[in-house]
Amino acid sequence: MNETASQAEIALKSSFERMKNAGAQSLRRGAWEAFSRSGLPNKRDESWHYTDLRAALRAVAPMSGETKTATSAIERKQASCRFVVLDGAFRPDLSDLSLAPSGVAAQSLREALAHGEAEVLAALAGDVDDPAVALNAALMQDGVVLRIAPGTVLDTPLEIANVTSNAGAQSVYSRSLAMVGKGASATIIETLEPLAPSEAQENHALTLRIEDGARLEHVCTVAPQAGAAVRVLSLLATLGAKSALNSFCLIEGGGLLRRQVFALLAGESADAAFCGATLLRGRDHADTTLQVRHEGRGGKSREFFRYVVDEQATGVFQGKVSVAQLAQKTDGAMQSKALLLSDGATMNSKPELEIFADDVVCGHGATCGRLDADQLFYLQARGLPEREAEALLIQGFANEALRLIAREAMRDMLEARVATWLARRDIR
Amino acid sequence: MAALKETVETVESIDVDAYKYGFTTDIESEKAPKGLSEDIVRFISAKKDEPEWLTEWRLGAYRRWLTMSEPRWAKVNYPPIDYQDLYYYSAPKTSPGPKSLDEVDPELLRTYEKLGIPLREQEILAGVETRKVAVDAVFDSVSVATTFKEELAKAGVIFCPISEAVKTHPALVQKYLGSVVPVTDNFFATLNSAVFSDGSFVYVPPGVRCPMELSTYFRINEKNTGQFERTLIIADAGSYVSYLEGCTAPKRDENQLHAAIVELVALDDAEIKYSTVQNWYPGDGEGKGGIYNFVTKRGDCRGRNSHISWTQVETGSAITWKYPSCILRGDNSQGEFYSIAVSNGFQQVDSGSKMIHLGRNTKSRIISKGISAGRSQNTYRGQVSAHRKASGARNFTNCDSLLIGDKCGAHTVPYIESKNSSAQFEHEATTSKISQDQLFYAMQRGLSAEEATALIVNGFVRDVLQQLPMEFAVEAQKLISISLEGSVG
Amino acid sequence: MLEIKNLHVSIGERKILDGLTLTVGDGEIAAIMGPNGAGKSTLSYVIAGREGYDVSGGEVLLNGENILGLAPHERAAKGVFLAFQYPVEIPGVATMTFLKATLNAQRRARGEEELQTPDFMKRVNEAAARLGVAKEMLRRPLNSGFSGGEKKRMEILQMALLEPSLGILDETDSGLDIDALRVVSEGVNALRARDRSFLVITHYQRLLDYIKPDTVHVMARGRILRSGGAELALELEESGYKDYIVEAA
Repeated sequence: MNETASQAEIALKSSFERMKNAGAQSLRRGAWEAFSRSGLPNKRDESWHYTDLRAALRAVAPMSGETKTATSAIERKQASCRFVVLDGAFRPDLSDLSLAPSGVAAQSLREALAHGEAEVLAALAGDVDDPAVALNAALMQDGVVLRIAPGTVLDTPLEIANVTSNAGAQSVYSRSLAMVGKGASATIIETLEPLAPSEAQENHALTLRIEDGARLEHVCTVAPQAGAAVRVLSLLATLGAKSALNSFCLIEGGGLLRRQVFALLAGESADAAFCGATLLRGRDHADTTLQVRHEGRGGKSREFFRYVVDEQATGVFQGKVSVAQLAQKTDGAMQSKALLLSDGATMNSKPELEIFADDVVCGHGATCGRLDADQLFYLQARGLPEREAEALLIQGFANEALRLIAREAMRDMLEARVATWLARRDIR
Repeated sequence: MAALKETVETVESIDVDAYKYGFTTDIESEKAPKGLSEDIVRFISAKKDEPEWLTEWRLGAYRRWLTMSEPRWAKVNYPPIDYQDLYYYSAPKTSPGPKSLDEVDPELLRTYEKLGIPLREQEILAGVETRKVAVDAVFDSVSVATTFKEELAKAGVIFCPISEAVKTHPALVQKYLGSVVPVTDNFFATLNSAVFSDGSFVYVPPGVRCPMELSTYFRINEKNTGQFERTLIIADAGSYVSYLEGCTAPKRDENQLHAAIVELVALDDAEIKYSTVQNWYPGDGEGKGGIYNFVTKRGDCRGRNSHISWTQVETGSAITWKYPSCILRGDNSQGEFYSIAVSNGFQQVDSGSKMIHLGRNTKSRIISKGISAGRSQNTYRGQVSAHRKASGARNFTNCDSLLIGDKCGAHTVPYIESKNSSAQFEHEATTSKISQDQLFYAMQRGLSAEEATALIVNGFVRDVLQQLPMEFAVEAQKLISISLEGSVG
Repeated sequence: MLEIKNLHVSIGERKILDGLTLTVGDGEIAAIMGPNGAGKSTLSYVIAGREGYDVSGGEVLLNGENILGLAPHERAAKGVFLAFQYPVEIPGVATMTFLKATLNAQRRARGEEELQTPDFMKRVNEAAARLGVAKEMLRRPLNSGFSGGEKKRMEILQMALLEPSLGILDETDSGLDIDALRVVSEGVNALRARDRSFLVITHYQRLLDYIKPDTVHVMARGRILRSGGAELALELEESGYKDYIVEAA
């Protein structure tokens, strides 16, 4: 990028230079250098081919400042122990710190970095090579660090709420970490929730360290944002031996969104599932890019995604499952399906396999098309008017992904969100 | 299972030295000076006595090429190619251009005999095989013989070296050359446009069903020579042609460059079947030598209801970089791609297809079978796209990979892009090793591990073999066995 | 109940129904038999209103009203029920959700009150018990992963719930073993009523051992070539369809 740094890249550099007193300097410098090598990713970067971040971020918004928002303004959508990160800053005053169950310790990232906490720095040092993740590491403002002690079994979900105020065009960089100790079992909810639509430029990352034998349910919801918003949401998960991660994400569009998942199945017999439903309309652009890497023997991964794309929206699915030579006996299956509801809608899929071990069973399937005529006729022949028949089929299509959420209450809540989204289709 | 282990070990121990087409032909040749420049481009053009428009066309391509850089997105690794250290033109001294068969150097005829390609028409007629195949034999940079030209001419079919077509059918060549693969298409295609040597030209007039299979046999003989052949096939309205392409090269320690272009044009209701058995020298057991095969093959279904089908059996080359594609422009046009890619030793394959749906109710189908053994890397890379106007487009893609041994890799990289809600795309891919259950079943019935593996591999590629003309299918099956020698009887 | 007058239907260039005329009285069970390719399935789809068929002439009257201009769901609300030869799998849509949505859509269309969940559950459970449909099946997505027999039973269960005035059974016997055939037939027989008619489309006489027809019609080349009583089916079992194929050709 150095020879032709864009205006945006120059603005980012000055943001970086202002992070001098924010702790973790060598980590930040390393990340900034990694970012500088590639610059803002664009169409020519293989893994950003369908989402041109450089074009979307021509003008970089100023970094977010202190925000005053009352707790009551942030709606509570589910029963949980909640940790609020407002405009990139962890807010103990808005969080349920005193309600944290035993075995769970919460701390602000800013504090952890200021104290140079080795465990946190080590977890951050495991970042993958991706320009948006590198940018996050260089510019992260704050976030929450959750430590779940080994053997802890939690029933109450822990919620990391990334809330954006309506402060207009601002840049937000948050990084949260969850370290799930050996044999622990927990549910983490991650939300992206604007208080009101704004042109925010958000870059959130969540690092998950799932130790041997631990089990984690992860449910992420991304609420709509304004059309001019640019959001990147990264999940960086490392799984130990015999650990399990079941991760689901509901995306309801809004501006340009890139969600990326980097998962490393490091230990033997790790089990990871990544599922999601993405609902898009208007000029929404939503990209989900997965890189699931098997390094341990006998691992299993499942990826299962549904896209509903209406009007002029664009959906992108890129899923890469790679199996290292030592990861024999890997079992990987990936499926993505997209429904295009309107003539202006676009779907780009790139399901990828990269296999260096021979004793594996891996596969993927991808389909793209409109509602099935036979199914529609069947429902109509049973008495449903066309619009209702369509709605039932679309809901059913999305439910195929939703049913993979383990907690029933959460599944019901997300089904209702899909129904609400669909109901708006008829109003238009 | 011990037998399987043994099988895998045998596969691992093969070097690709089993290549049986590795001999050289001792024949004097005339070469252009080493390296590439405007003068060399002019030299090639002058050697072929080309009209000025073509010389300029080549020079335009050359200047464009100077501004381009080699693509790096494929999963292949090779040291930088020194484009100034190659010969861009080489022709047997005795046969600088096509002649009647009687005048062809007997040494060359013997070469083709050794390769199993009979060039004497009477030999073919006297043989047991009843189907006639017309052959255009290309040796390094020139076509040395074309058979059955007269019989084809009776049907109105033009089949000749492209260097000859430039002179005898200039209007057709000028109209279609570069109309499918533009001069600026990609690094290797642009290089080919500047320095292309020879290749075949086919024109099938309206309503004519070509009376026999057409075929071109490419042979690289000379050291340090790049081969840049160029094939152009035009099927006019309502016509049909089936075309076969075969290729081999001697064993040499240096890598050799092969950057070809094939352009197909199918007009209204026309059909072209293009089959390739690619068996360039793959390099030795240590990964030394072998052909770098960077090929641009593209078919344009320009007319309504036109149909282009690509079938390839890829067993050779150190590096294969090719994506035979169909541009489905005409309404109701159809494109197909059937591929078997076998890699062993240190071979690297990055191959697949592109189906670009532009017209209404266009249909395409991709069936790809990859088999990796040894330390090879085998990648399927494909693109299927539907543009806004491609209502009712359909694609079905199936890519299966089979791994033999744990030092090789199999990769799948499809790009599926739809801008039309009525387009229906379906893609599926699997990667696995040879099923132990199947192996055991076959061995329990009395087959050896090698026979059982052969049986299973044959079953694995069967869907694609069925697409080949029969004689080719038998040949291809043998070739696959040889390529996997050690595991297959 | 059902009157089909001089019906002409084609798909693209191909003529499928060529002036078909047929009357089915109230409470009557009419069997339509014929060789493969006679147009039997087309007839059932055209009555139910599937797209893709070009109706170039004729009428289909249900209780005196021509239904050809109605959308499929409007015909369903008027009492047309088609038991599909190949019931469609809809993964992701729970069977219970589907049953309730369709039943209430029809009730709404007829100006009736929607059924509340307890009432609805009671009806489903009763019908399921009668037809030997396991409760576990009702919890699965509609028809997904059902065996052939299970799918056909689910069709009859829907018919029992929706209480149509005209039930069309399109090759309901295909792919059924003898036990499933008996259960399905008993389900249909239980639904026989004075104000409910059936059109039983089948290739084989076998089904008619279980569902006794009042009339039998032989269909070939898009027309009814012969009509008679139940004895006609037995005769066909003996002689096959060859006479009709020749006659029609």
